Amino acid sequence: MGYALNFNLIWRHFDKLWGGLLLSLELAVISIVIGIVIGLLLAVWYVSAGRVVRTVIAAYVEFIRNVPLILLVYLVFYGLPTVIDVAYSASTSFVLTLSLYSGAYLVEVFRSGLEAVPRGQLDAGKAIGLTPWQRLLHVRLPTMLRITLPALSNTFISLFKDTSVASVISVPELTYGAQWINFNTFRIVEVYLVVTAMYLLTGYALLYALRLVERRFRAAH
Amino acid sequence: MSNASHANPALLDVSDVSKAFGSVVVLRSVSLKVTRGEVVTIIGPSGSGKTTLLRCVNFLESYDSGSIRIDGKEVGYREAGTRQRRSERDLATMRAETGMVFQSFNLFPHLTAAGNIMLGLRKVRGKSSAEARAIAEHWLGRVGLAHKADSLPAELSGGQQQRVGIARAVAMEPKILLLDEITSALDPELVGEVLEVVRSLAEDGMTMLMVTHEMAFARDASSRIVFMADGGISAVGPPAEILAAGFENERLRSFLARFRASHF
Repeated sequence: MGYALNFNLIWRHFDKLWGGLLLSLELAVISIVIGIVIGLLLAVWYVSAGRVVRTVIAAYVEFIRNVPLILLVYLVFYGLPTVIDVAYSASTSFVLTLSLYSGAYLVEVFRSGLEAVPRGQLDAGKAIGLTPWQRLLHVRLPTMLRITLPALSNTFISLFKDTSVASVISVPELTYGAQWINFNTFRIVEVYLVVTAMYLLTGYALLYALRLVERRFRAAH
Repeated sequence: MSNASHANPALLDVSDVSKAFGSVVVLRSVSLKVTRGEVVTIIGPSGSGKTTLLRCVNFLESYDSGSIRIDGKEVGYREAGTRQRRSERDLATMRAETGMVFQSFNLFPHLTAAGNIMLGLRKVRGKSSAEARAIAEHWLGRVGLAHKADSLPAELSGGQQQRVGIARAVAMEPKILLLDEITSALDPELVGEVLEVVRSLAEDGMTMLMVTHEMAFARDASSRIVFMADGGISAVGPPAEILAAGFENERLRSFLARFRASHF
């Protein structure tokens, strides 16, 4: 049985895919920004805190890392509003989930980055009379960011792909757009070929751009 | 202890300082006075506590007993005798009174040569950006690196990095400069340019306490030489006396003999 590829129907509905791609990027960007804030705050807190705080932060990280993302998405979208009195859109719910998710990974990234800052640089900061806060801001964080930039890029690319999970709660991102076209046109092979190409190309473009940024930073190292 | 130190009040007064890392004693009742304008060099075998002593002076290391005062003020603790550590803010203020140059340079890699010098001037001394820049350029000129103000540490040779390190320390106008084996990580051909800078600072009257393995330099530039062994001060005196071959100190003699054998 021969299957004749026909992309016409895909192009007719391409706005669904294009809009979906933009939404996927938007979700990833917002989530990584919030995730960076969460990760930085908790990592800084972790390295300067006692055992109780460390245990709590480690528990958060372990919980997120050992539960499948799709389950977290369900928990936050269906579970949380029934327990506490909140109402949010599917997109908001997903951004919240993905932020907590990326935050947990970034705590680990930033924590190891902070610990990798050479001791001598901190000594030099102390020796000129910088306070602990100034040492963090002007000595430790700049070096830490340089060290963690590659891991940060990788996390962002991963998050961009992970936005496809949002389709399960009907957030109209790229994968959801593909499903919609599939249900309405039955051109399953064509639509997933096109969407795969879109994920691939966007992922590579992001990777390339981020590597350029990294190289600039490394040149300044 | 030389009699000269009784005439002037000591700028740095290390009194009966002891320190142990677990069961390893690194400083045994060390007492040492440095007066204003003096250049005091600490020599001794590795593991003798030289660097630890230096790091206690600006409280990069704490100590278990004794007291260290700069200009009469206790460095790390609230009062002499008590073991109540100063607050981190207070410690920062105290540390700004001393300058330190490190064996491994420890420049901030993300800042230019001028930026390295300006950071403390701006954040600790509260200078404006323009003022700090002018001071940085002045000191870079003094160490012969006026043309490298906007270079990053990675673009500088070891000797140049160390000269920036010196400029970063002295630009803060410290009361005393601590130099921790500042030429040990340098290629031999770069040692001279760094020592030249130290020599010119000494001529300007900068008070210095330094740990070094450069015996010829110690002889020429120091007011006094301190010989440390096993965490204690084993001999103190003018360079000519300490480095004289016939000195009455068995340990010092064997240190110098071994030193000569390996370095010449």
